Amino acid sequence: MKFAILVNEGPYQHQASDSAYQFTKAALEKGHDIFRVFFYHDGVNNGSRLTVPPQDDRHIVNRWSELGKEHSLDLVLCIAAAQRRGMLDENEAKRQGKDANNIAEGFRISGLGQLIEAGIQSERLMVFGD
Amino acid sequence: MEAEGVVKKFLYLNRKAPYGTIYALESLEVVLIGAAFEQDVSLAFIDDGVYQLKKDQKTSVNDGIGVKNFSKTYGALEGYDVEKLYVDKKSMEERGLLEEDLIVPVEVLNDTQMAELMDQQEVIFSF
Repeated sequence: MKFAILVNEGPYQHQASDSAYQFTKAALEKGHDIFRVFFYHDGVNNGSRLTVPPQDDRHIVNRWSELGKEHSLDLVLCIAAAQRRGMLDENEAKRQGKDANNIAEGFRISGLGQLIEAGIQSERLMVFGD
Repeated sequence: MEAEGVVKKFLYLNRKAPYGTIYALESLEVVLIGAAFEQDVSLAFIDDGVYQLKKDQKTSVNDGIGVKNFSKTYGALEGYDVEKLYVDKKSMEERGLLEEDLIVPVEVLNDTQMAELMDQQEVIFSF
C-alpha cells in the first residue's frame, strides 16, 4: 500500500513523531511505499539541525534523517508553519534577511500543496498528532 | 503536480477551540490552499471545534485578546467551493450552542451520521 504520513507535533513534546517514525519504519519493512512524510504545525521542529538531546535517549531528528536517507523518503516541512516557528533553509534565510538557517539533512521546505498532493496520490494518509 | 482528474473525498476534522491553540487557524490554511486542487471537501467540527464557528469573537486589542480574527474566513469558503460544513450535535448541546450562534450555515449531525460521513471519506485530516 502507498502511504502518506502527516506529523503534527514537534519532537519530544508529544509522542506523535515517535509513533509516526515507528509506523513508517514498520511499513517500509513490510514492503509498503511511503509517498511522503509531511510535517505541519509544531511538526516542522522535527527538521531542526540544532537539537542536542541527551545522549542516552533517541535522537529524533537524526533518526528521521537516517531513515529518510536509507529509503529515499521525501521529508517535507510546511513553509508556512516553518516560517512561523523559525525554521529556515539557506534560501529562505537569504530571502527573509535572516542571519542563519537551521534545517537538518534530508528535509526540504515546501508548500501545503505537497500535503494535498500526498492525500491524492497515496492510498491512505496517516495523521500523527495530539 | 496533481494527478489529472482524480477527485477524492477530503474531510477536515476540527476538534479544538480557536485562538487557544494554533490548530484551528492552520487547519483553515490547509483548506484554503487545498481549494485549488478541486477535491470533494467537507469540514467537520466536533468537541471544542464547534467554537471555531461561534459569532462575536472578541479579538481586538482594545476589548479582546489581541490576535487576528480569522472567523470570517469560514464565511468566505463558499467562494472557494467549500460548502459542506458539519457540526456535531452533542458537542453543540454540551456547550449550549445553537445553529444561530454560528457565523455560517451548517448541517448538524448526530453520532451515527457523523460516523457515516467519516466512513465515506478517502482522506481525513485531523488537526
